[in-house]
Amino acid sequence: MTATLEADAPAPAGEIPSFTVTMRVRRFNPEVSEEATWEDFTVEAHGTDRVLDALHKIKWDMDGSLTFRRSCAHGICGSDAMRINGRNRLACKTLLKDVNPDKPITVEPIKGLPVVKDLVVDMEPFFASYREIMPFLITTGNEPSKERYQSPEDRARFDDTTKCILCAACTSSCPVFWTDGQYFGPAAIVNAHRFIFDSRDEGGSQRLEILNDKEGVWRCRTTFNCTEACPRGIEVTKAIQEVKRAMITRAF
Amino acid sequence: MAHGTAAVAKIDSPRSPYVRRRTTRGNYELYSWVFMRASGVVLLVLIFGHLFVNLMVGEGVHAIDFAFVAGKWANPMWQVWDLLMLWLAMIHGTNGVRTIINDYATRDVTRGVLKGLLYLAFIVVVVLGTLVIFTFEACPPDAPAELLASFCTA
Repeated sequence: MTATLEADAPAPAGEIPSFTVTMRVRRFNPEVSEEATWEDFTVEAHGTDRVLDALHKIKWDMDGSLTFRRSCAHGICGSDAMRINGRNRLACKTLLKDVNPDKPITVEPIKGLPVVKDLVVDMEPFFASYREIMPFLITTGNEPSKERYQSPEDRARFDDTTKCILCAACTSSCPVFWTDGQYFGPAAIVNAHRFIFDSRDEGGSQRLEILNDKEGVWRCRTTFNCTEACPRGIEVTKAIQEVKRAMITRAF
Repeated sequence: MAHGTAAVAKIDSPRSPYVRRRTTRGNYELYSWVFMRASGVVLLVLIFGHLFVNLMVGEGVHAIDFAFVAGKWANPMWQVWDLLMLWLAMIHGTNGVRTIINDYATRDVTRGVLKGLLYLAFIVVVVLGTLVIFTFEACPPDAPAELLASFCTA
């Protein structure tokens, strides 16, 4: 019995089989060239590795100049949104085996925002839109002496949009945002939705007024790119339509 | 557009502030959005009614000639129907192309020129069409009688 086991076992117990994968990374360094170029790296990876692990291997062992953002590496901080095989995803939530490692895996910066270096983009336009919708509780009157009560039903009304981690995967997947950088973008509207439908908040009409702009919700063409891109599974397009509906019921 | 070119990026000066241009007046975009939905529904009725009456009722498509059109436009109901169809279709279509131009034309000059051409085409078609519906002469004096509608007395 022991003999057959030894003969069959290809690898010692606990070892995960490894494979090689080609990472095709979009490189851009304004100090060297105005042009961005593709660069291939061949990485030894395991079945449990994520795209972020492969990028780490490149940065730590092969080319230290590769530049990308990541912080928590567990899909919460929203730093490492990038375009992997043509789709916006979080590098830390994407397993290599899920994006077909048989072919080269392309990794690009997210689209529609100015690239600073390699995979790092200037997020300022994105956060400027976010700040404009006033992402904080607005109330009138005196501060209550206890917590502001909210029923579970009222909380459930905007539960979906509280999950946003501001990774910009949705906004930078939006074809309207690609051609028109003035558009508020899905992420700003999602975070406005989170307060507009909050029963404790009293700034709803101000936020609706801000988004009732040519560059606000009326720019949305309901292509559902944002819903598909969201790593948190937020129904982004639905949230945008709910904001539209709130504006229409307010106007008529 | 300062931002937007993807990977082949031209770098802006460091920390250049992001400025949003305020362009909308009032509820303009809201009303245009609602109008697209409402006019779309009305146009469905108008267009399919138009197609049904012209192509399927009676002799169908073979009945269409000068007399047929003259007979229809002698009726105020069909005048209003066609006028409504013309105006709604033109405003609906023009507004649709306007949003497409807004989506795709990034330079101000390109956008201005394209929208200018669009509005010019809109005015020409709507003015000519309205004029035809209201000044249509059903019984021209010198025309042969067999081409005219039955109510024309020569």
